[in-house]
Amino acid sequence: MKKLLFGNEAVARGLWEAGCGVVSSYPGTPSTEITEYFAKYDDAYAEWAPNEKVAMEVAFGASLRGVRSACAMKHVGLNVAADPLFTLSYTGVNGGLVVCVADDPAMHSSQNEQDSRHYAIGAKIPMLEPADSAEALEFARAAFDLSEEYDTPVILRMCTRIAHSRSLAEVGEKTVHDAGEYTRNPGKYVMVPANAKKRHPFVEERTRKLVQLAENCAFNKVFAGSRTDMGIITSGTAYQYVREVFGDTVPVMKLGMVNPLPEQSIRDFAAKVDRLVIVEELDGIIESHVKNMGIECEGKSLFSPIGELSQKIVAEVLGAVSPAAADVPAIDTPARPPQMCAGCPHRGLYYAMTKLKLKCLGDIGCYTLGAQPPLSALDSTLCMGASISGLHGFVKADPERARDTVCVIGDSTFMHSGITGLADIVYNDSGATVIILDNSITGMTGHQQNPTTGYTIKGDPAAKIDLEALCRALGVNRVRVVDPYNIKECEDALKEELAAPEASVIISRRPCILLKNVKKGAPLHVSTDKCKSCKMCMKLGCPAISLRDGKAKIDDSLCTGCKVCASLCPFDAITE
Amino acid sequence: MKTTSIMIVGVGGQGSLLASRLLGNLFVNAGHDVKVSEVHGMSQRGGSVVTYVRYGDAVYSPIIEEGEADFIVSFEELEALRYAKYLKAGGVIVTGEKRIDPMPVITGAAEYPADVIGALKDKGIKVDSMDAAAAAKVAGSEKAENVVLMGLLSKHFDIPESDWIAAVEATVPAKFLDLNKAAFLAGRNA
Repeated sequence: MKKLLFGNEAVARGLWEAGCGVVSSYPGTPSTEITEYFAKYDDAYAEWAPNEKVAMEVAFGASLRGVRSACAMKHVGLNVAADPLFTLSYTGVNGGLVVCVADDPAMHSSQNEQDSRHYAIGAKIPMLEPADSAEALEFARAAFDLSEEYDTPVILRMCTRIAHSRSLAEVGEKTVHDAGEYTRNPGKYVMVPANAKKRHPFVEERTRKLVQLAENCAFNKVFAGSRTDMGIITSGTAYQYVREVFGDTVPVMKLGMVNPLPEQSIRDFAAKVDRLVIVEELDGIIESHVKNMGIECEGKSLFSPIGELSQKIVAEVLGAVSPAAADVPAIDTPARPPQMCAGCPHRGLYYAMTKLKLKCLGDIGCYTLGAQPPLSALDSTLCMGASISGLHGFVKADPERARDTVCVIGDSTFMHSGITGLADIVYNDSGATVIILDNSITGMTGHQQNPTTGYTIKGDPAAKIDLEALCRALGVNRVRVVDPYNIKECEDALKEELAAPEASVIISRRPCILLKNVKKGAPLHVSTDKCKSCKMCMKLGCPAISLRDGKAKIDDSLCTGCKVCASLCPFDAITE
Repeated sequence: MKTTSIMIVGVGGQGSLLASRLLGNLFVNAGHDVKVSEVHGMSQRGGSVVTYVRYGDAVYSPIIEEGEADFIVSFEELEALRYAKYLKAGGVIVTGEKRIDPMPVITGAAEYPADVIGALKDKGIKVDSMDAAAAAKVAGSEKAENVVLMGLLSKHFDIPESDWIAAVEATVPAKFLDLNKAAFLAGRNA
């Protein structure tokens, strides 16, 4: 039966149909829904792990036991999991193991646009790249057979446009996978040098066999066209743009397995066309490979390695015609960047920080939006956890900065990779002040549970890690909790902890206003008589407050009654 | 059959994902190949959001580029203006008459353009607009403005009302069905 499936839903379905028994992941756009959809199946295990490295190692453990397993992450998450990935290539698998990774060309919700195909090449692991939901399902399911037959983890590479598109896919039945009895095999799984030295030649031999497979596998397809003046090699979403523009006219080689590449098939395809063009998003990886084979082709000299491709770009570059556009008014359109929600608990704390003119190293999460005007609260955002370790380095480089510099990190990000940074602050004694923004959820990716929330991915009650106790156990003596809706309390805490010579942790605690169980207050109103147009409330950057005819106005469909603006108003003009 | 392209634009939180799913269900049930493309994550937090719905005999690209949209459904006037260049010549804009100030306007760094709908019409663009939020409120909840605009959009298609209602039923949670049917009809009969 064909169903309209979300790309990530199709991956989850494919994993499940293959009898995958364990999925462990850390959320990250655009990969998050793979695990959320998989968690809906009651006959398989799914979890949110504290980070991607843990997730991949959980998948490894399940595979070692013989159970088909998977993990899912965004492209930058694969950096975190790169350590197990490279040695998993050597151990291979017992039960099939699939690593789902979602790239984000154009950085819709990411800090860089790295190309995950480099990891497949570096770790010498086969990589499959679907071009729609039908293939996402089919490839995810087939990846387990490939994994077990060739004794290798398999990477399934998604990208935003495939992960977050719905298209028709054929759904099938679940195949039960028998994990069998467990048998020890230390020569294969204990990667001490003596054993690893024997496994490396296996990896090289495996790649040779995979190249043979690539020549004849169903993942790679050639569509013969009517033209011979040009042929295109492409994969994933770029394939869709090519077909959109050229239909059946230009011969197309579509690679579903993007590592390793089928060299003979590429030679045969190249020989049939006058001009060979490689259309690939991000880096020129297929192009470099083809050029290394001594075949003339064009790729990144035509298409930018920056951002996404589109049918329009393909048409313009390769000389096809785009449709005529409507004539539109030439009016400046103000940008609408994402922003912290009305009632967001981070806002009050950020305001207190900006009032004290503090420098702040930021991290990855909703609170990164505090970098936007008017709060403009952040000095840096690098990667998960870098706020804390970065602050330690900043203060070690200039000890005076311990008095006016803090860092902010969310509860989930702290569990992901903040704990080790805090250990460094304590152990190497920088006396820095760390702020944990505890909103009781992983927010930016759309509300996922984590080890500090007290619930599992399925919403069942779970052990809840106590952040205060954890920080104290790491050796931080000064741990205090503030309510970010109370600006005065935040300000006092910041002043005191920055003045203290030893390390401090301030936990700014209030649940995300978007959580279902969080009670909202009645919307506030501005008395136009009392409002003196001082614009103090506008400094908060709350989307519910705007200026109308010089006076502040609160949009009652957005206001959550947090009263942070009311506490700032010097004329008591804001009331319920 | 040629591929038809519909863009849904608005502000994060206005319900564009539900609207695009509704259209996806509608066109699949009518036997078309369909692609619906969404962007999640950071842009959902009050930012400008875009979803693409395309249907036809065989749909390849999941996205819609400048000059390609047959229809733009906008939940907010500034967003209608921002994405107008995605409209193909002769295309139609269906928009809610609603203004939500973006942060640069709130901070005073930019001004909200005056009479957006008039400016679009002056260029000869066909604009079909209504106060969808007000109609949604009458139907039971302002949040249903997305479904009101689906009703307004439906007037431009030769698809029976019963098929649209079936798509509403297939898309919204059962407990909000009556509200959403009322919202849809408010748009369709506007």
